[in-house]
Amino acid sequence: MASTLYEKIFKRHVVREDNDTFLIYIDRHLIHEVTSPQAFEGLRSANRSIWRANSILAVPDHNVPTTDRKLGILDPVSKIQVDTLDSNCDQYRLTQFKMNDQRQGIVHVIGPEQGSTLPGMTIVCGDSHTSTHGAFGSLAMGIGTSEVEHVLATQCLIVRKFKTMQVNVTGNVSDYISAKDIALHIIGKIGTAGGNGYAIEFSGPTINELSMEGRMTLCNMSIEAGSRVGLIGVDSKTIDYLEGRPFSPNGDLWNKAVDDWKNLVSDEGAVFDKVINVDASIIQPQVTWGTSPEMVCGINEVIPNPKQQVKESNKKGYEKALEYMGLEQGTNITDIFLDKIFIGSCTNSRIEDLRVAANIVKEKKVATNIKQALVVPGSGLVKKQAEKEGLDKIFIEAGFEWREPGCSMCLAMNADRLEKEERCASTSNRNFEGRQGKGGRTHLVSPQMAAAAAIHGRFVDIREID
Amino acid sequence: MLPINKHDGIVIPLDRSNVDTDAIIPKQFLKSIKRSGFGPNLFDEWRYLDRGEPGKELAVRKVNPEFVLNKPQYKNGTILLARENFGCGSSREHAPWALLDFGIRIILAPSFADIFYGNCFKNGILPIPINKNITDLFFEKAQSEEGLRLNIDLEIQKIIDGNDSYSFDIDMFKKYCLLEGLDEIGLTLKNKADIKNFENNYHSQFPWLTK
Repeated sequence: MASTLYEKIFKRHVVREDNDTFLIYIDRHLIHEVTSPQAFEGLRSANRSIWRANSILAVPDHNVPTTDRKLGILDPVSKIQVDTLDSNCDQYRLTQFKMNDQRQGIVHVIGPEQGSTLPGMTIVCGDSHTSTHGAFGSLAMGIGTSEVEHVLATQCLIVRKFKTMQVNVTGNVSDYISAKDIALHIIGKIGTAGGNGYAIEFSGPTINELSMEGRMTLCNMSIEAGSRVGLIGVDSKTIDYLEGRPFSPNGDLWNKAVDDWKNLVSDEGAVFDKVINVDASIIQPQVTWGTSPEMVCGINEVIPNPKQQVKESNKKGYEKALEYMGLEQGTNITDIFLDKIFIGSCTNSRIEDLRVAANIVKEKKVATNIKQALVVPGSGLVKKQAEKEGLDKIFIEAGFEWREPGCSMCLAMNADRLEKEERCASTSNRNFEGRQGKGGRTHLVSPQMAAAAAIHGRFVDIREID
Repeated sequence: MLPINKHDGIVIPLDRSNVDTDAIIPKQFLKSIKRSGFGPNLFDEWRYLDRGEPGKELAVRKVNPEFVLNKPQYKNGTILLARENFGCGSSREHAPWALLDFGIRIILAPSFADIFYGNCFKNGILPIPINKNITDLFFEKAQSEEGLRLNIDLEIQKIIDGNDSYSFDIDMFKKYCLLEGLDEIGLTLKNKADIKNFENNYHSQFPWLTK
């Protein structure tokens, strides 16, 4: 019988089944400092050991400073959390890239970069954006701390099967439309709860055309559509990306693995519980205007009228959002002026993201109304590569700050944050109230759009600028 | 884990949809390495007018009198009522830890985000999806002067409002764990031999996944 990719990977990992509740085996466990300390503590207090230490890759990313790290972490509370990760990894002899290791970075950037993310794997992490790794044809999902502890102790998770949703994307997109715009457009279409209970598989010619970086951006954002799992079938791009990476298999094992990976696509005729068709050719550069990723529109649109919403809950939600955002219905998106620019996060901090942003700011200056423009590379290796290509100089000459890798202003757990009523064009993934700082106002956009907004001081249509 | 069997409590009406985990417990409080102590900072940005920081004395905080949790009639509430897609956003288990620490044991909403929903069960909180009409009715009653007191019976899967009662669905395994207050890790480790066996076969089939 024809199977979906999700069903194929799921089936491989079933240890036990009991009345539709499954015990599934986990191949890779990624760990960071925020959601793991209580799990290690739980292990110790129950006198349990770690099932398979070499399944784990750990890195501090949420709390680390993105400025000069010679001084260490100044915030004492953040420091305790990072130190706790260090001591847990030392105690259990886990592979960890510590803060000053060049391989350190955002957990969802370094997994694939190291070849620690491989097709067919089950991958978990105490972080909702674990869906990112599904870009490699792996079943990857975010879990809570109790489940982190469960995986540490048993190498397994207790789960039920998700329903399957195929998001089939067709139509050509121009260079100005990125995976981020496709992701935001889809979320606008199905809503932030549209994927609840589903594993989404993105497919179709437009997805095939995307680079691995673009695919990661798309799968990363599937959690913003409510889906814990985003998936894309394996093709030659997947395999080419992984060849020769430190954790990737090599020699004979590589050939065996590739033979297997080629089957990691949904079979012709596989049946999904739900199918959504998206015409990418109509997608404009997207900008969120509210406090949920589904509150999004094209650059040439105006902010919608809450009273004209069909859904009763939207009327109220839209009003509250506009009040928080300090915006009025009917305003052109291009009339929104900004205070800060953030290029970074597990959504958009990979080398390709930095290249397209640098291309826009090259030989230009950040507008005078912009108080701060940050570029935070996703990892030390991304930073190194960007510096090799001279991207750092382009950004710095334009007036951006070039920072050390980490989650940074995506969630503002370190010192990078918005102050009250500051408005930010951000390449991150969540525009929730207070996400980038109490009272801060976030507009989610692609790296190109954020770069152009930095230069013009407001949102502009990147298809129309020179 | 705290078991739940029957629960009787006051309903707190939080009239919002898409309540996200950043709202439930803002990021600055995630720096704690403990599981407890998050209750005073539950919904911090809505509950207080000043910016909360870890370690800031509660006595100096500016309370927002408009926020539902600060209204005297809901002060002792243990059942939270909200709109669609409650708990969306991050996987932080600090969200259910904060709710539990405040005293919430039951959450009623038309729908929940997946990760949050699962996290509740690991911490002795019962999230119950209810349909839109019942949601509207409960909001109306909870916001009225008399307020709303509900009785939840997990064993028979019913929400009891005086003479009226409403059935709800729940996964049998989750129900069993919550009724008994079970430790899932302990349960899974009873299958240690199965896991070992699986692992050996699996790694001989996919030898590149052993490192």
